[in-house]
Amino acid sequence: MTISADHEAQGLAEARPDDTEPNDQASEVRRKFGISVEDYMLPARHQIQMVDPSGTLKPESEQGTEPGHEYPIPGDAELMAAYEQLVVGRRVNDQNSALVRQGRMAVYPSSHGQEACQVAAALCLSEGDWLFPTYRDAVAVMSRGVDPVETMTIFRGDWHGGYDPTKHKVGIQCTPLTTQLLHAVGVAHAAKLRGEDTVVLAMCGDGATSEGDFHEALNFAAVFHLPVIFFVQNNKYAISVPLSQQSVAPSLAHKAVGYGMAGERVDGNDLVALLAVLDRAVKLAREGSGPLLIEAHTYRMQAHTNADDATRYRQDSEVAEWTAKDPISRMTSYLTGRGLLDDDGSTRIAAKAEAIASQLREGLGEDVPVDPQNLFRYVFSTPTTQLKEQSALLADELAREASSQKEAGK
Amino acid sequence: MSPAVTTSSEATERAATGDVSSATASAAASAAAVAEASGPQTITMAKALNTAMADAMEADSSVLVFGEDVGRLGGVFRITDGLMATFGEQRCFDTPLAESGIVGMAVGMAMNGMRPVIEMQFDAFAYPAFEQIVSHVAKMHNRTKGAVKLPMVIRVPYAGGIGGVEHHCDSSEAYYAHTAGLKVYTPATVADGYRMLREAIDSDDPVMFMEPKKLYWSKDQVDLGALRTEHATNAATGSTSEGHAAVARPGTDATLIAYGPSVPTALAAAAAAAEEGRSLEVIDVRSIVPFDDETVCASVRKTGRAVVIAEAHGFASVSSEIVARVQERCFHYLAAPIRRVTGFDVPYPAPKLEHYYLPSVDRILDAVDDLQWEN
Repeated sequence: MTISADHEAQGLAEARPDDTEPNDQASEVRRKFGISVEDYMLPARHQIQMVDPSGTLKPESEQGTEPGHEYPIPGDAELMAAYEQLVVGRRVNDQNSALVRQGRMAVYPSSHGQEACQVAAALCLSEGDWLFPTYRDAVAVMSRGVDPVETMTIFRGDWHGGYDPTKHKVGIQCTPLTTQLLHAVGVAHAAKLRGEDTVVLAMCGDGATSEGDFHEALNFAAVFHLPVIFFVQNNKYAISVPLSQQSVAPSLAHKAVGYGMAGERVDGNDLVALLAVLDRAVKLAREGSGPLLIEAHTYRMQAHTNADDATRYRQDSEVAEWTAKDPISRMTSYLTGRGLLDDDGSTRIAAKAEAIASQLREGLGEDVPVDPQNLFRYVFSTPTTQLKEQSALLADELAREASSQKEAGK
Repeated sequence: MSPAVTTSSEATERAATGDVSSATASAAASAAAVAEASGPQTITMAKALNTAMADAMEADSSVLVFGEDVGRLGGVFRITDGLMATFGEQRCFDTPLAESGIVGMAVGMAMNGMRPVIEMQFDAFAYPAFEQIVSHVAKMHNRTKGAVKLPMVIRVPYAGGIGGVEHHCDSSEAYYAHTAGLKVYTPATVADGYRMLREAIDSDDPVMFMEPKKLYWSKDQVDLGALRTEHATNAATGSTSEGHAAVARPGTDATLIAYGPSVPTALAAAAAAAEEGRSLEVIDVRSIVPFDDETVCASVRKTGRAVVIAEAHGFASVSSEIVARVQERCFHYLAAPIRRVTGFDVPYPAPKLEHYYLPSVDRILDAVDDLQWEN
């Protein structure tokens, strides 16, 4: 879909008199949101922020909302469920990093500091919806209900994935940047063709917006008018390269208008605002308003992975600045102030987080035996003759090795 | 204009309900136009491929065809001609001009119950999609231990011999054959065009379907009714031509191993050799992955001599793989080293130079002459 003004200016509307769609969209936007289609697609002037870093609810006039960009505060039950996942998410991140330090896991790209984004991305979706995460989104995957140990299998080193994507409607944790955004588009397209009201949320980072598939995915979603939410966690760094070297757009959310979709910016460390913005995005997508691009401003508090040294490219003072904006302390303070969270609640949630951490320690601590024949089992639906030959070769090699070890042991 | 919005309500309903009965009627009409005279008839490979897609779409509402210019235009080679008109804009449609987008979207659709058949307009135009093909199409089944199957077909018009400009004549099969997790088919006959494309669409694994563009307008007498019956019978019994090479011409003195666009050249060389009293057997590989070692090696063991023919550059190629495999399995049967006739290791040449590059009958016969004949 395109903006009517441009078409008319170029006389294209006249050339295709039957094509009334652009005007339809403009009038539909005006009817529904009371604003022009340009104002609908451009993000509000400021990011949406509802709870400030101290945990205080901001006055409505200072939340960044505008006519047509209005966001109601989520209900108490939703906030409490999300807070629980938030606390669990932080515990999961720190437990996994500890397991890496202990040598029990090869690598873990932690989302420490980004947990509010992780939780909101999973909780805004309904059961039939799909989530397409990246390698840094393990907490989002778990928040969607995938078993913690199955989620972490990809980093344990015995297989490239541990969960069935179709079971929880969660794509694989994708490593090649933004390639998963196109899978999200395809899942949404297939659902739309069958008349299902599935919404798909696809995640990527700020650096990833430079990739070609980011462009292709947004354009395809817009052209086919699909219910896909592109959720960009702008954590300011692509390993070491800052956002200023990725893009000079006014904001990443501004890229939306170029595709003919709506964009919005939100404080990525404010769980209340994230839920409000993503809940509305899901609602709009499900109603048939097409795709949306949501940019969340957050910060990668730790290095890219344990193999990275963040001191080479950023100052401690910058990290300290973001420590003060931590999503958990902010939410704890807000919910306590509202009387929704008390000591009993905190204790219960902490116990739940500890139980999951313990599950991770046990699940990732045990030495799971690997089956070398799995190398050949899943390349195709049925192994080819050549793979059967190679499987027999390896089996023979292992049998001879075992028998010579037995011999030596005698 | 967005196809998803402007498609006829009939097609919308058809897709939404999975009801293909209305589509079936029109598809049957179109198929009937082809098959109206039952029994053998002369058709092109293009028509065979087109009919295969129409029949597959008629049989299964989850089969979708999309790509660049495949809708109203019917494809730049007209291979998808009439599919949009017959099945509606939801089942055959044009996409934005972005190959990675086409393949990546097909991956998502295949994850979610569809069987996409997508077209890369030309061999070299598929390269922007290489990451999706190598990192996801090929690996999804393996990394999910079979939980996610990707029943999708990527059709690639490939190779030269049509006087095409740069980026329109690449033999790109080795890139795909080298990638674990992809099946690679290439038909050389009109009947195989129908047969193998139906099988590729039926496959639960992703198939790179390499179509020799210089053979699109090659004609042959085929009985589409018989091919349809054969397909139905094979589908019921699980029989397939995947992994099965064919003896395109029987012979006794030496084996010519070829695939796709090189098969007719090999057959012409065999015909010329016969006039000189030499009996050459021609093997049409058909399925590059999985490869049919058995048929190829049986022939070489019988003849003791072999020449592998391919348009692609010889270095690190499908032809070098075939030589290695045959040598490993047939060494003691060989009367001479296996020879190859391939494209030179140069970028595909400009139209006025391509005849120097392409394997020719003379070059094949020269290679055969070099196979250490005693007399």
